[in-house]
Amino acid sequence: MDTFLQQIFNGLTLGSIYALVALGYTMVYGIMGLVNFAHGEVVMIGALTALAVIKPLAAAGLPGPLAVLGGIAVAIPVAMLLGFCIERIAYRPLRNAPRLAPLITAIGVSIVLQQLAMIIWGRNYHSFPPLMPATVREFGGAQITDLQIIIVIVAGAMMVGLLLLVNVTRLGRAMRATAENPQIAGLMGVDANRIISLTFVIGSALAAVAGVMVAANYGIAHYNMGFILGLKAFTAAVLGGIGNLAGAMLGGILLGIIESLGAGYIGDLTGGFMGSDYQDVFAFFVLIVVLIFRPSGLMGEKVSERA
Amino acid sequence: MNVLLEAVGINKSFGGVQALRDVSLTIRQGEIYGLIGPNGAGKTTFFNVLTGLYAADGGGFSFDGQPLDIAAPHLVAAAGIARTFQNIRLFANMTALENVMVGRHLKSRAGVIGAVLKNAGTRSEEAAIERRAVELLHYVGIADHANALARHLSYGDQRRLEIARALAMEPKLLALDEPAAGMNATETGALRLLIEGLKNDGLTVLLIEHDVKLVMGLCDRVVVLDYGEKIAEDVPEKVRRDPKVIEAYLGGAVA
Repeated sequence: MDTFLQQIFNGLTLGSIYALVALGYTMVYGIMGLVNFAHGEVVMIGALTALAVIKPLAAAGLPGPLAVLGGIAVAIPVAMLLGFCIERIAYRPLRNAPRLAPLITAIGVSIVLQQLAMIIWGRNYHSFPPLMPATVREFGGAQITDLQIIIVIVAGAMMVGLLLLVNVTRLGRAMRATAENPQIAGLMGVDANRIISLTFVIGSALAAVAGVMVAANYGIAHYNMGFILGLKAFTAAVLGGIGNLAGAMLGGILLGIIESLGAGYIGDLTGGFMGSDYQDVFAFFVLIVVLIFRPSGLMGEKVSERA
Repeated sequence: MNVLLEAVGINKSFGGVQALRDVSLTIRQGEIYGLIGPNGAGKTTFFNVLTGLYAADGGGFSFDGQPLDIAAPHLVAAAGIARTFQNIRLFANMTALENVMVGRHLKSRAGVIGAVLKNAGTRSEEAAIERRAVELLHYVGIADHANALARHLSYGDQRRLEIARALAMEPKLLALDEPAAGMNATETGALRLLIEGLKNDGLTVLLIEHDVKLVMGLCDRVVVLDYGEKIAEDVPEKVRRDPKVIEAYLGGAVA
């Protein structure tokens, strides 16, 4: 029982992070039908930028949480600018190109950003200093750290904020209108290019925070961290129904929990034949099963209707 | 009367088909101006060029005394032109109220900062947008369905909603593309009253319509397109007797 509860807690933490990143994928897909494969790299750059700020701040004697806040405060605008530039340079010129062109470009942007990060930060793994409160609390035999609680609360608050932005504000209405039909939204005076830029900028801000969370949670950051994380988050978005915000959130949390449970039990299930390094198998297996029975994802009805 | 919209030598071809050939026309402030012609005459193409959905091959527009930039739809909207569609183009997964509220986009300003801070200015602006949107739903007579998704509305109500959404933009020129298509006699009658009301409120209306009775009864002036060319432009009584128009509609046998 305690393994179960423990893995649920771990999965919830991991899932909150997946959800934040998945939102970036799903927003861009919803508005322009593009899978932005470079999004994982924005997470990575966010984490490494934050780390570059956090280390000297901590060395200067600033209390841990404040140093981390300082890092996030720099990483968010950097990631937003990066997201803006990616769209402006790599995708906008291809706005009317066949769908495959921006997709290949996205992969190219991803490689360029990884290499750029490798040149700036090197190939080494950077340890994320243990600056956040690591107090361990016990719940029914399972342990949860303050950091995990903070991650879940912050991620939850950001998701609620995003839902409010999209559903009850003028900009959110313009975003939804553009997602349904950019030309008609244009005839209402909505500048589709501005809305698309805005979407990239918001998604990148979420990605930067997610990057810091990953680095703090695992205590490590490196130039290659965005690839698998991006792939998982994309999986989460597809699982929930890509294009659907609530779906990305649900998909992220579910994927995190499935993965953690898988990692916790796979050794027992296979008599020690497979270890927890096979956890990814569970995540992708679940994705395949869901897609067989619900090709549009768990909450993806609207997408299938539109298609 | 002042000229509101002037089109000069508009050309548009698709491959080898010349959809619009040197079309020039003038719409005066405050009139209801009809655009008619047989199927495939280029009426909707003219609308699409005017509203920036198609790039013109030649020619240009001036609107309200200024050259009109038709490079992108949102520029046309900003200049003060709103339109509806022959085949309805609502935001199907948004509510009727939200559709109209999108139409207020240009008449409101709240940006990212307002959206995040939710300050008093943003909240009162949002309330004003919603108030105006509800008024417009009342005006076109579908306020009861304010919170229904657009795709769940009946056909006639969807047409009214498109008009409400266009009116929300407070345009100088309202372009209606076959608003009576698929409507029964009662609905057409209500539509006619609606359009007359708009004229009385000082709006200029450009109307594409198949229902000749509606056009002749409603419009101050009418232009007739045939195979992409203008063949007549005058008051309805004269256009109705124009031999070229009769030939276009009934074929060569009469002429």
